[in-house]
Formats: sequence, C-alpha cells, structure tokens
Amino acid sequence: MRQRSLLCLVTAGLLAVSGCTVERHWGGSSAPAGSGQAKVGLVTKTETNPYFVELRNAASAAAQAQGAEFMALAGQFDGDNDGQVRAIENMVQQGVTTILITPNSSTGVLAAIERARQAGVMVIALDTATDPADAVDATYATDNVAAGRQQGAYVKAALAGSAPKVIMIDGTAGSTVDTYRHNGFLEGIGLRDGDPAIVGRDNANGDQSIAQQKMENLLQRSTDLNAVYTMNEPTARGAYAALQARGLRILMGSIDGGCQGVQNVRDGQYAATVMQFPRKMAEEGVAAAVRYAKTGEKPSGFIDTGSVVITDRPMPGVPSQDTTWGLQNCWGTK
Amino acid sequence: MTASTVERRESLGEFFLRAPAIGPALALVVAVVVFSLSTSTFLELDNLSLVVEQSLVVGTLALGQTLIILTAGIDLSNAAAMVLATLLMAKLLVGGVPGGLALILGVLVTAALGLVTGSLVTRVKLPPFIVTLGLFTMLTAAAKLVADGQAVPIAPGSLLAWLGTRRYLFGGIPVTYGMTLALVMYLVLWYALTRTAWGKHVYAVGNAPEAARLSGIKVNRTIVSVYLVAGLIFGIAAWQALGRVPNADPNAYQLGNLDSITAVVLGGTSLFGGRGSVFGTMMGALIVTVLRSGLTQLGVDSLYQDVATGALVIAAVAVDRLARRQK
Repeated sequence: MRQRSLLCLVTAGLLAVSGCTVERHWGGSSAPAGSGQAKVGLVTKTETNPYFVELRNAASAAAQAQGAEFMALAGQFDGDNDGQVRAIENMVQQGVTTILITPNSSTGVLAAIERARQAGVMVIALDTATDPADAVDATYATDNVAAGRQQGAYVKAALAGSAPKVIMIDGTAGSTVDTYRHNGFLEGIGLRDGDPAIVGRDNANGDQSIAQQKMENLLQRSTDLNAVYTMNEPTARGAYAALQARGLRILMGSIDGGCQGVQNVRDGQYAATVMQFPRKMAEEGVAAAVRYAKTGEKPSGFIDTGSVVITDRPMPGVPSQDTTWGLQNCWGTK
Repeated sequence: MTASTVERRESLGEFFLRAPAIGPALALVVAVVVFSLSTSTFLELDNLSLVVEQSLVVGTLALGQTLIILTAGIDLSNAAAMVLATLLMAKLLVGGVPGGLALILGVLVTAALGLVTGSLVTRVKLPPFIVTLGLFTMLTAAAKLVADGQAVPIAPGSLLAWLGTRRYLFGGIPVTYGMTLALVMYLVLWYALTRTAWGKHVYAVGNAPEAARLSGIKVNRTIVSVYLVAGLIFGIAAWQALGRVPNADPNAYQLGNLDSITAVVLGGTSLFGGRGSVFGTMMGALIVTVLRSGLTQLGVDSLYQDVATGALVIAAVAVDRLARRQK
C-alpha cells in the first residue's frame, strides 16, 4: 500500500515534470474498452502558439459538446520530440481511447505512436502528417502543397503576365510543412528551385524579427523584384517592414489565416493570405474519436480540411474570399 | 631568427592584452573592407545604417553581459528577461497604461531580476551559471504565460516603438533614436568602467576577488551593483526590441542569450573575468551582423553563415588564451 502511494507520488511528479498538463476533465479510473465512452488526448507541438491554442480550445469545446472526456498535453518548444513522447506515454497510461497529435517532427514520435496503437489506442495526426503517413490511423490536416499552390497561383495571376522575380522567405530548413508550402508555391507560380527568377531566398524560422533582418539583407543584394513568398504571417509582417522601410510596394502572399494576418491583408500590407482551419481539424478529429469509441470504426488516409485564399483584390481563375469573411473565420484573437 | 620570432610573438600577445578591443576592431575593418570590395551594395550608407540597426538589440544585451562577464560571471537569462519585459510593456500599453509608465515598469522588472540574481550569487554563493539557467527557464515560461499564446502588436507611433524612428543627419545619414541611445549607453559605461572607482572595482573583482577584498573593495556590493545595472540595460534592450519590431512575441530571441555571449567573446572580453571593454563588445556585436549582411549579399546560404560565426567565436577565444599564455 505504501509502495503504491509512493508510486503514485512519483508518477504525479513525473507528470508535472513531463510538462504542461493543460486540461484534464476527468479523474480516476480508465474507461473499460467498448464502453462507448470516448477519452480523447490532444498532443500539440507547444502550448503557446496561437494556432495550437485555437486547436486545443476547439478540441476541448468539441469534446465537451459530444460528451467525450478530454485532456491536452504539449511539447515545450517546437521540436520537443521527447516531450511529445512522454505526453503520449502518459495518455496511454491513463487509458485514452484516441490520441490526436500534431507531431513535432514527422518521424520523431513514431515509436511512441506505434506503442500506443498496439495498446489499442486510435491515433490521428492533426495539422502535420507523419512520415510514413500510415504510421497513424488517419491525418486531418491542411494540404500544405495545395495551400502553397494557391499562394503561387494568386501571385502569378496578380503579376498579370509580367515575368516573376521572386524573393522567398522560407521557414525552418528541413521542416515538411515548410517544404510543402515552398514546393506548392513554386508549382503554383510555375517555377522550379534554382530558377534565376528566384532572386533571393532565406530561412527565417517563422520569426518576425529574423524575417525582417533577412529581407533587409536580401534587398540590399537586389531590389529588382516584383513578388515575395512568405511561409507564414509573422514572416510576412517582418518582410513587409523591410520592404516598407525601402519604400517598396511589392506583391506579397502568405499562408496561415490568423486573425492578425487577415487584418494585415485588409490593411494592405500584403495582397493575400491562404487560410487554413485548425478548428475544423480539431472538431473532425474529436468526432472521429467519439465514433471510434461507439462503433470501433476508424477513419483512414489523409483528410484535407481545406484552405482558402483571403484577399480584397480577387483575381480571375483564383477562387477567394474577402477579408470580411476572413475575419469571421480566422483563428486566434480577433 | 628563432629569438626574433619569439620576441615578436610575445609583443603581439602583450599588445592584445593591453588593448583588447584592437583585435575585434581589426576583424571588423577587414570584414567591412572585404564586403565593400566584393559586393557593390555593402558600402552604401543605408546598408551600413541597417547593419548598425540590426545589431542594436543583441548589442544592448551584450553591453549588460559584458559587465557581468567582467566579474567572471555569466547571464543566460538576459534575453528571456528582455522578452518578458517587452510583453509586460506591450500588455500594459494595450491595457491603457501610458507608454512612459509601461516602459518604466518593464525596466524596473528587469532591474529587480538583476538584483535577485546578484543577491543569489553573492549571499547564497550560487554560481551565476546556475542562477541564470534557472531564471532562463522561469522567465521563458513567464513570458509565455503573460502572452497567453498571443504576440502583442503595439502601435508604431507609440513611445514604446519610438526608438525605431529614423532621422536623416546632415541630410543623408540615416540614424534611428535607438542608435543614439545605444551610443550614449556605450559612452556612459565606458566612462564608468575606465574613469570611476566603481569601474576599477569591477575589473579588480573579476581579476582576483580575494585580492580585491583584501585591498578594501566591497566585493559583494560591487557584484550586486553589476547585476542591477545589467538588469536595467536588459530592460532598455526590451525597448530597443520594440523599436525594431513593434510586436512583443514570447517566441522571439530564443538564442538572444547566446548571441549576447558571442558578441562579448568576439569583442575580446575574457570569459574568465577582469579583462575586456565595452567598445570591444560593440565591435563584437557589429562583426556578427556585418558577417550576416555581407555574406547574404554574396549569396551565401545562411547555414554556412552560422558555421562562419561559430568558427569565429572559437578563434576569438583561442586568441585570448594564446595571448594570456604568452604574457
């Protein structure tokens, strides 16, 4: 008995250390299999990125609405594979029926996911796919190649026939989301990596101040450009500050659909952003978890939750919504 | 032949010891000359101004870091304290507090943190590395808690963003208020370190604390004062950061602490305390930004830029060690 309470204490301590129990709506024993009661665990990359805050709040609300139990854990920083592995292990330990996870790296947490699935837990990737994709039961995410392609198609249309001269401000070297968006953009605008039409490119890790500095340095090299690709909206804000300081008005596109980003588009800082829908990912993931608990039925494959171009200057051939619609559907604080 | 070689090396070592800012100044000049010759764009007034502007935040952090390293300490929490201060200032401003008051409150918080660090180092005798490592973790979390998942944009026209305002001196030289403030801070600290009793005490404490104590210097009080002043400087770095990017972001400057140490080390200040100068640090901060700007204009991938910066840091410390050995 005493040993057992000691074990509880140690477990509680480890849980505290392993980080960041954000929400736990249940206590006590795990639901027996087949009881129909869904217990959903959400593992995000970090707790503080507004995108993941939206994901978490939406999943929590959906779980409450559908009578599922819900807990959320997160890594401590972008790239914290170890923290995510611990989160998965803790959730399996506590008898979740489904884990929804935005994996920090496509390969870093595969072993832990495999163990969870062997223990009978359904695992769904949200937002970011695993590699290989069938390491999880299903993926609910933005098709980032398609999102990048839409940005590229918009920029191409807005250039109205003039030959593109592009600066690309990418995210983090080696990240799949960044690579997909980058490749999609090139596809949409009709260029290849290494094309001389790409007058400059650099990584800014999605950080506004780094993006500003990189853009300033690239502009010093050449201001002969007519379009800018940015990997996300903080990057676009940094790039815009650098362009504005030089008095340049350059056609710029971005991706994300955060409310601040949509507002930036409305204010004319950049022409368009491609919105993705974290709330939809979370809601559909929770719905799948509830279905699984009731019927044992699992979704499979890649389920695209869609992306939409947001702009107040629509281009023929590129379907889009205006910023008023964008502000109604954006994620993060309005 | 051999004798003369040895003699020349000895005098070179002594030279570096006498004037620690000479090495970095030479490196900076060489880098500027190389980039001016190899690109047509580097040596433009606008670009040179930009390079200075890009180095301001890390340069200001490095200024406080210099004081601490002069006492043979180190601060791993400075950038985290700065980021926390940017968020506090921005949140207060958005909440309706006047900009001036928000600024003062933010600076007071970082100064108080400096006081806490200094007290733990002197009274509890904890190594500065450990104290600031713990603070780094706590302050990073605190900034994220304050931010609640959201970056906080502030109006570009507000006092908190004022340091980013650009003016043209003599009709053509672009200068921001942030640069002016940095220059004033460097001059004040240069004066305090080289022309006042306090400055002599700081160097003495870093060189040989026991000797300093025996000669009547209040070692603990000096060290606490250094952390307090450094804390004030980190608060001003937060103001610089908001001038540069008027958007307080809990995820910004994750490597700011290491960047500040890089600048100090490149500036010729010894990590073992007691030797170094604020102007060396100024050079060190500039060297990193000059390298990044110039290499970008040459079209060098940013990962190779990181490799170059890292190699330079190791080389700088090697020079420091060799110079000491030859003394």
